[in-house]
Amino acid sequence: MGSQGGFYQSKEFLDLVKSIGEARSKAEEDRIVLGEIETLKRRISEPDIPKRKMKEYIIRLVYVEMLGHDASFGYIHAVKMTHDNSLLVKRTGYLAVTLFLNEDHDLIILIVNTIQKDLTSDNYLVVCAALNAVCKLINEETIPAVLPLVVELLAHPKEAVRKKAIMALHRFYQKSPSSVSHLLSNFRKRLCDNDPGVMGATLCPLFELITIDVNSYKDLVMSFVSILKQVAERRLPKAYDYHQMPAPFIQIKLLKILALLGSGDKQASENMYAVVGDIFKKCDSSSNIGNAVLYECICCVSTIYSNPKLLEFAADAISRFLKSDSHNLKYMGIDALGRLIKISPEIAEQHQLAVIDCLEDPDDTLKRKTLELLYKMTKSTNVEVIVDRMIDYMININDNHYKTEIASRCVELAEQFAPSNQWFIQTMNKVFMHAGDLVNTKVAHNLMRLIAEGFGEDDDTDSQLRSSAVESYLHILGESKLPSVFLQVICWVLGEYGTADGKYSASYITGKLCDVAEAYSSDETVKAYAVTALTKIYAFEIAAGRKVDMLPECQSLMEEFLASHSTDLQQRAYELQAVIGLDAHAVESIMPSDANCEDIEVDKNLSFLTGYIQDSIENGAQPYIPENERSGMLKISNFRNQDHHETSAHSLRFEAYELPKQTVQSRIPLTSLASTEIVPVPEPIYVREIYQTTTVPSASSDAGSTELKLRLDGVQKKWGRQTHSPATSTSSSTSQKTDNGITQVDGSNTSNSRTLETYDSRKQQVEITPEKQKLAASLFGGSSKSEKKPATGHKISKPSSHIVERSHVRKSSLEIASEKKASIQPPPDLLDFGEPTVNSAAPSVDPFKELEGLLEPTTQVDSAENHGSTAAATKSPDIMGLYTETPAGIYNKDDSDILSGLSNPPVRNMLGGTRSMQVAQSSKGRNLKNSLEKDALVRQMGVTPSSPNPNLFKDLLG
Amino acid sequence: MIKAVMVMNTQGKPRLAKFFEYLPLEKQHELIRSVFGVLCSRPENVSNFVEAESVFGPDSRLVYKHFATLYFIFVFDSSENELAMLDLIQVLVETLDRCFKNVCELDIVFNYSKIHTILDEIIFGGQVLETRSTEIMRAVEEISKLEAASNAITLVPKSASGWLSR
Repeated sequence: MGSQGGFYQSKEFLDLVKSIGEARSKAEEDRIVLGEIETLKRRISEPDIPKRKMKEYIIRLVYVEMLGHDASFGYIHAVKMTHDNSLLVKRTGYLAVTLFLNEDHDLIILIVNTIQKDLTSDNYLVVCAALNAVCKLINEETIPAVLPLVVELLAHPKEAVRKKAIMALHRFYQKSPSSVSHLLSNFRKRLCDNDPGVMGATLCPLFELITIDVNSYKDLVMSFVSILKQVAERRLPKAYDYHQMPAPFIQIKLLKILALLGSGDKQASENMYAVVGDIFKKCDSSSNIGNAVLYECICCVSTIYSNPKLLEFAADAISRFLKSDSHNLKYMGIDALGRLIKISPEIAEQHQLAVIDCLEDPDDTLKRKTLELLYKMTKSTNVEVIVDRMIDYMININDNHYKTEIASRCVELAEQFAPSNQWFIQTMNKVFMHAGDLVNTKVAHNLMRLIAEGFGEDDDTDSQLRSSAVESYLHILGESKLPSVFLQVICWVLGEYGTADGKYSASYITGKLCDVAEAYSSDETVKAYAVTALTKIYAFEIAAGRKVDMLPECQSLMEEFLASHSTDLQQRAYELQAVIGLDAHAVESIMPSDANCEDIEVDKNLSFLTGYIQDSIENGAQPYIPENERSGMLKISNFRNQDHHETSAHSLRFEAYELPKQTVQSRIPLTSLASTEIVPVPEPIYVREIYQTTTVPSASSDAGSTELKLRLDGVQKKWGRQTHSPATSTSSSTSQKTDNGITQVDGSNTSNSRTLETYDSRKQQVEITPEKQKLAASLFGGSSKSEKKPATGHKISKPSSHIVERSHVRKSSLEIASEKKASIQPPPDLLDFGEPTVNSAAPSVDPFKELEGLLEPTTQVDSAENHGSTAAATKSPDIMGLYTETPAGIYNKDDSDILSGLSNPPVRNMLGGTRSMQVAQSSKGRNLKNSLEKDALVRQMGVTPSSPNPNLFKDLLG
Repeated sequence: MIKAVMVMNTQGKPRLAKFFEYLPLEKQHELIRSVFGVLCSRPENVSNFVEAESVFGPDSRLVYKHFATLYFIFVFDSSENELAMLDLIQVLVETLDRCFKNVCELDIVFNYSKIHTILDEIIFGGQVLETRSTEIMRAVEEISKLEAASNAITLVPKSASGWLSR
């Protein structure tokens, strides 16, 4: 089959491809394609088009659509083609409709009937084509129309059809789980299909089902283990080998399933240890696919109930990945390391230099993965280095999606592990400056609150913190184009603390604020913040008894705002005006200095009105009846209740970021002091209420705290009421400590870190640069050996021989089976053909004989266990068929194929370097003429003008 | 599951695009363009994996392989293994190479329907169906034989029925 032979392309199509290939611009290409569309529109509606021509038109339509142009005028013709009797035309029709239409398209209704007919066709290729269309085109409503037919196909003699029928059922399940819920047992049944390919296909739906509901599939653990064992021991026909690995894709799927089933289940996991360990040993780590299986083993080991031996294997595999030159393997290694450090954190330490290499690698993907790993292993000892790295990276990327993610990670880490307030503020500044508009506004409010409250350690450090914040903000204001959220924070802080330490005069700060309002005149929120900040500064000035001189620029700004379209701005401007007109005493009482942490007492009972009400009632007014006591008002009161819930969900979030571990440890007296030393503020009533609703059940405080959100609208307008209670914040910060999974690291390592640094650097080799060493020490130094191991405690007594293990295993499987009710499928038979009987049955040389030998015991087990009669009856002959017929009939032929020249290079190439290249070339030599022709054609067509030798896949397999 | 398979040349011209979840045409094109944008900015000798969440939404990974003038791209979710997907690309390319004897970009352009047939044998409804390229080849050859026969005479030819009974 040459490029243009065989598939009946006409000169026209060749010309089209050629001209599109030569198009210099997108516009030119569009023009050509539009011309083509016109031609096709005309041609396709002509009467009596020969089938071959029609097929080509449809393919051209598909081509046009792939280039991004609408070809909907031809859809109906594609639909018509599916009705054709000729397989060629029909398949083309199906191909086109699967590419053109979606499941909700109007034309689908015209295809369903054809699909139904084709699913019952005698020609299995027609059935396959129809199944293919079923996957793509059948929606929830039409599933019932084809479902019985597809279920019937599960028993089709052709394994290709059975495979596809399973996949189609899986697809139905994805689209509408309820439509096939009564058929799920079919997947279990097909797991013991005599064709390994069909069994492999069944793993896909089972994987999905198990992901959703692990517990109802626990009984299959033994079956999966047994299947995996057989695959790993090369019991499948040789044809399933891929690059010398036995059925690697099946192994991968099985390992994934086992990981799901063994997660947190000691008993199930124990059954898997032997086989997973076995695969670790058998995996060929020189081939790509071997490493894929290895990686999957590591994932499995890190998810199931841990076993020290397997963890060791996994650690070995990871170090091989990380030491490899291939970026792909490094990537997988980093990923695997991230999984394993959750179980054994000490493993990261061995690989510190490899990790740092990856961090500095030019490969972006690898870098990101490494940052993700660092994020997972952050603790208070290395947070500064890691967050610095992350911010550095964040600054240099343009991808907003990832920028947002990394910014929120930085914030999260900074909040959790910040070693000092100064550092926290500086880090936040950096994050805000570079990704300000991408971070959540909540973060900004947290920052303001932190500055307002300080750490509560003592007043001096708090005011130092504030003045350093003011200082840094005044500095930052010099930069242009700051993000809005950040400006809001800056305005607020300047308003509250700009003049607090007396370093800056009121006129200087107000001048700066006016500059901000002018420079960002399109941002109303920033302007509002600025006006309010101005109000505060003037109020403080008046309260301090100083004379207020409003700057001229400020006055003009106010005039502008007084006439603003925004009522909010107007109101703030009027408030400012009103405040300026007041005397010191009045200002002192409406806007006390540094009172943003004070709570405002809300007299919910409105007791000051009692006298007034009393008067009114005495004068004959109706007394007030509470709403819920009124008749016929049930609905409204319900509604109110809902409303109340809603407000509680929007309440303020009060946890401060977590204290760094070491301070907790070493300064226990300080922190305990802190909670008492803080200004004893009366807790506001409404805040208390909120806490009652959300956090009083202490067990669920974690869930509650995630629901807590800042009430942004309120805060912005009611700055005076920003009330915070340090008492609650300290208490919740301690609770957060225990809730947070990542911080579960012991605090005991701080003293060790220094000794460890020296130990580490001694260990490193000479060629490693000191910077790298330093980085390594700062990153990993904290993960000391003294760290407590997670509770992996149990030791598995390894069975001395496989037989022992197997018999145990088998016993348990029988137990499980007998425990389950009859409705649950018995353990599938495939698991049985690998039972110990095999070894004793046939130590013969011939593999197929050996396989046949398996059959007898299997059937025996069948009858012994008294399975459902139908299942047993169909299964046993099938198995016979498989192991006598298939390997001999088909796969033997394949084997010889593989050995013969043509197919050899691709297979070998994975292993050998130059020699296989030679082989490949020599095999190409045979087709020299062919290649030359192709080359000439390509040049002539100019499909790929830039490349020197565009047509040959010279490095195809390299 | 596998979400999409794309083949495009080094100029960003799509040569094959198959999405296993339906996407409107404009969206498909936007994705193809953004994928190309990502790929062409990657240096050589780096990993074959790309973070694709910004393009394809959460839980999506992208593996690509560069052959001569073509990029082969698979997009999939966390239920697949990256290295295995890389090998699946290898399977696809090996099969194409067997099918067309030294496959080149033009083969893919001209034998559009055949490429789809091959792909349908490897991936079905977003799941990996078959990874043995000999087996894929056998199925594809069977199909083209039958197609050729059905094009000439609309009866099932002997060769096919013979194959069926085997």
